Amino acid sequence: MTQAAPLISAHGLELSLGGRPVLTHVDLAIQPGEIITLIGPNGAGKSSLIRVLMGLVRPDRGEIRRRPHLRIGYMPQKFFIDPALPLRVTRLMTLTAKAGRAEIEGALGETGVAHLADAQVQSLSGGELQRVLLARALLLHPDLLVLDEPAQGVDFGGQAQLYRLIGDIRARRGCGVLLVSHDLHLVMAATDRVLCLNRHLCCAGPPEMVAKDPEFIRLFGEDAAGAFAPYAHGAHGHDHAHTLSGEVAPATDPAHDH
Amino acid sequence: MIIDFFARALIAGVGVALVAGPAGCFIVWRRMAYFGDAMAHSALLGIALGILLGVDPALGVLGVAAAVALILSGLGANRSLTSDTLLGILSHSALSMGLIALSLMRGARPDLLAYLFGDLLAVGFGDIYWILAGGGMAFVLLLVLWRPLLALSVHEELALAEGINAGAVRAGFMLLIAVLIAAAMKITGALLITALLLIPAAAARRFAHSPESMAVIAACFGVLAVCGGLFGSLQFDTPSGPSIVFAAMLLFLFSLVAGLRDARGKRV
Repeated sequence: MTQAAPLISAHGLELSLGGRPVLTHVDLAIQPGEIITLIGPNGAGKSSLIRVLMGLVRPDRGEIRRRPHLRIGYMPQKFFIDPALPLRVTRLMTLTAKAGRAEIEGALGETGVAHLADAQVQSLSGGELQRVLLARALLLHPDLLVLDEPAQGVDFGGQAQLYRLIGDIRARRGCGVLLVSHDLHLVMAATDRVLCLNRHLCCAGPPEMVAKDPEFIRLFGEDAAGAFAPYAHGAHGHDHAHTLSGEVAPATDPAHDH
Repeated sequence: MIIDFFARALIAGVGVALVAGPAGCFIVWRRMAYFGDAMAHSALLGIALGILLGVDPALGVLGVAAAVALILSGLGANRSLTSDTLLGILSHSALSMGLIALSLMRGARPDLLAYLFGDLLAVGFGDIYWILAGGGMAFVLLLVLWRPLLALSVHEELALAEGINAGAVRAGFMLLIAVLIAAAMKITGALLITALLLIPAAAARRFAHSPESMAVIAACFGVLAVCGGLFGSLQFDTPSGPSIVFAAMLLFLFSLVAGLRDARGKRV
């Protein structure tokens, strides 16, 4: 395995769904051990982009290179199990992976939910389910974790903890992480690089730089950009709430369409 | 004489129920009840085609059911057409075409009621081998498909991301349902086949804590329903299909009552 080779690289991705352009001219590369956050308003093509990167959707144009034998651990955005399907956490973990009890409990322990091994999946809270799904992705020994809105349905304090946990996992396992999010402030603290997507890549770079980018401010508003100040100076892993709503400003500037 | 017929129907019915229970779990989990109906209703057309072509009607049923499954999955790929409405149209059209084809037949017109509602006297020696072979094939298919199909049923996108070939698995499952329908046709009749898939699985839900235990319990309930229904059919001279469904319904009611008692026990 070469050290310098990116886990995934993509050039000139184009995708239309139902006649509407979803991705135009997207280039990106994910390096080993790096945490990248994909950020953008609703409908910006974030989920489509990760589906294309994982090979679930074929782009209309463009090229994707995955490192040979790349193992991806995926955590989907929406997860609902029909109440008619009885399923314990251990069985959910081994739907496609083959793993023994000790291995399963190890992965669950890493995300802090080892006590839930025998719980029925339908009885889990939002935060518990996200941690179980994260443990499930870890069980595949991934080189790259792809996490689509991992903090969904998790309360605020829990979100901060979850992002800290993702940072810990990266430090321990050295895997790359591709996060999708639209809650800005928490993610920014735990990420190496931010890609701001609105069908095309508006801007990319370290969080402090992206926050100052006029394109980013146009998409997300001054409030969001201003909210980075404490993170730029502050220590990691604080858990105080900001006044910032985290909501996305409407992108209505017609002059910007290209 | 009648006992011979009865034993044959019993063996065939138990064989079908053993596979229909676990396969029916997927019908319940994947919310495919109407889909199963559409395939089952097409069985009548298969019988008519089989008679017209001079082959075993079961082969006709298998062919038409598989064709309907292909049409449905092809239409399902087109997002604007996936709907109950479309399934309803296909289901009832297939049933009507089958009824028309059978009624147009000259000479020895087949017994329509037997095909619609099942007739345990209709199970001959040839049928029993056919049904057991079909059931065995369906059982092997089920074992092969179990893990990937379960992963797909829990979360399709996640299963795809983890390398499950969804197209092949879905096609395999449809073939499995088509084989089951062809095998169950003589016993329950075209109109009631889906009940043998749905009701034992639904009744098993309350007693199961894992997908695998639900499948085993559903198989047991299916066998109980077939045995109860066939004995009732023999005793009271009622059509075999409705008798089996009635027995299955009693099992389902029993599971509801057991569930209510559980819930009350927890609250106290």
